Amino acid sequence: MRRVYLDHLAATPVLPEVLAAMQPCFLEAFGNPSSLHQHGLRARDALARARAQIAALINAESPEEIFFTSGGTEAANLAIKGVAYANQRRGHHLVVSAIEHPSVLGSVEFLEKQAFTATRVGVDSQGWVDPEAVRAALTDQTILIAVHHVNHDLGAIEPVAAVGRIAAQRGIPLFVDATASGGWLPIDVQAMGASLLSLSPHRFYGPKGVGVLYRHRRARLVSILHGGVQEGGRRAGTENVPAIVGAGVAAEIARRELPERIAHTAKLQARLWEGVQHRISYVKLNGPPPGAQRISTTLNLSTEFIEGEGQLLLCDLHGIAVASGSSCVSKSLKISHVLAAIGLDHALAQGNLILSLGKDNTSEEIDYFVTTFAQVVEKLRGMSPMWADFQRGVIDSVIQPSGRGTSFAAHASALAGKPAAARPS
Amino acid sequence: MRFDTGLMSDSYTLYNQTVMDHFLNPRNLGEVPDADGVGEVGAAACGDIMKISLKVKDGRIEDARFKTFGCGSAIASSSMATELIKGRTVAEAMSFSNQEVIQALGGLPPVKIHCSVLAEEAIKAALEDYRKRHPEAAGQPER
Repeated sequence: MRRVYLDHLAATPVLPEVLAAMQPCFLEAFGNPSSLHQHGLRARDALARARAQIAALINAESPEEIFFTSGGTEAANLAIKGVAYANQRRGHHLVVSAIEHPSVLGSVEFLEKQAFTATRVGVDSQGWVDPEAVRAALTDQTILIAVHHVNHDLGAIEPVAAVGRIAAQRGIPLFVDATASGGWLPIDVQAMGASLLSLSPHRFYGPKGVGVLYRHRRARLVSILHGGVQEGGRRAGTENVPAIVGAGVAAEIARRELPERIAHTAKLQARLWEGVQHRISYVKLNGPPPGAQRISTTLNLSTEFIEGEGQLLLCDLHGIAVASGSSCVSKSLKISHVLAAIGLDHALAQGNLILSLGKDNTSEEIDYFVTTFAQVVEKLRGMSPMWADFQRGVIDSVIQPSGRGTSFAAHASALAGKPAAARPS
Repeated sequence: MRFDTGLMSDSYTLYNQTVMDHFLNPRNLGEVPDADGVGEVGAAACGDIMKISLKVKDGRIEDARFKTFGCGSAIASSSMATELIKGRTVAEAMSFSNQEVIQALGGLPPVKIHCSVLAEEAIKAALEDYRKRHPEAAGQPER
């Protein structure tokens, strides 16, 4: 069957060069970097090279500022908890955007159960954080600001440099989660004013099982994982050498290929959105339109009167891999907190689909997606009582209101008066 | 020696084959013309909506149809539920349970059990509507 992969935010295949660089680390170069013999020294050298490759990707002053973790989630946990614990005598207040990744928000919630407090700064309907709102949230107790570079769901590029200037004025470290942008957008930690920044190599053709935390040498950070003295004492545990080596090579290639990756995905992104608008009615793009304020790799769509999991399943049966922020897809039965934070109508959040492009997608694949997706929408609308009610003028469209009928949300909440909450069975 | 990790299989499905079949080829999709009872319910938990319409003749469900706004398992649950209640008397259908749907579908993931509950509620709402519209039928012995 034909396969079209449009979920690069979830995972990317490793590059052949990455795999080739990793392979010796499993076989002859298997040593532990903490060992003092030849095997250890060789592994240590491989780590140093990877650190330099990562530092170059984000313009860090020194490879010593790069720490390897088990993934983007651990990097975020280390940044948030490590900075908070290191600065708890100075203060106990954190300021974060409301649409950060769960690894950031979950770490903040964990700290709130201890002696810390936090302010979540809301975003506008496009998903943008207002730097002035961040400034307004700061207190003399604030010890960390966290605003991500690009939102993983919406693709909105956040004004991190402006937040960085505010952070610098106030002498507060800024943590930038760059897991959705690393390898796809130029990143300069110095120009951004980031004290800490995280990357997820498996999203830019590196392996899984490795994450990166950049930390400016003056930002105080304590370890949250205790044991041996690896990673400058800030992350105990034997380094995942093969994955780290792979991450380094992926970073070096990403840096080299960045302009063409951006140009290629931007072209496909425009083609995809134009195609969808042309072929499908009552569909909305969430987040900024394709252009300078949106990352070139993602599109977040809401298709009205149908639900997202069904869209995902039918796409998959046609060989197309996509993601959704619908409540039906989530294990918690809640819509994505990002879609809730931009104030998206619940029915539109239910009809959500997230597409993320890669360097190997082609125009022809995009056209196949658009054609297939039009059929998927038609099939699901044929099953939807809401589509039928819309045709009759009982329910109105949120995207293009006709003025006839009540809103989907009002209709749904009236129905939910007869609750069908999950009952034990 | 090679170990088959199963990673390259092409036949993974999120749900079992019966659920997938009912999602892809739903039975009884649509609305019964001149329905005797219509039930529409919404799930507070996730936002799904199910609408079931019935044709009743001589106290027996002659036809049942559904339309569903929801995930694959919600669509499959309503498809299976309508299939199960066709031919039953109104009295029999009143004791319809979501467990029958789960069983007939060969099981649902735990997080999707509420879809079958929604199907049960849609059927009961449709039966309630039928009894309201046909008060004379409510007191009669049915067979």
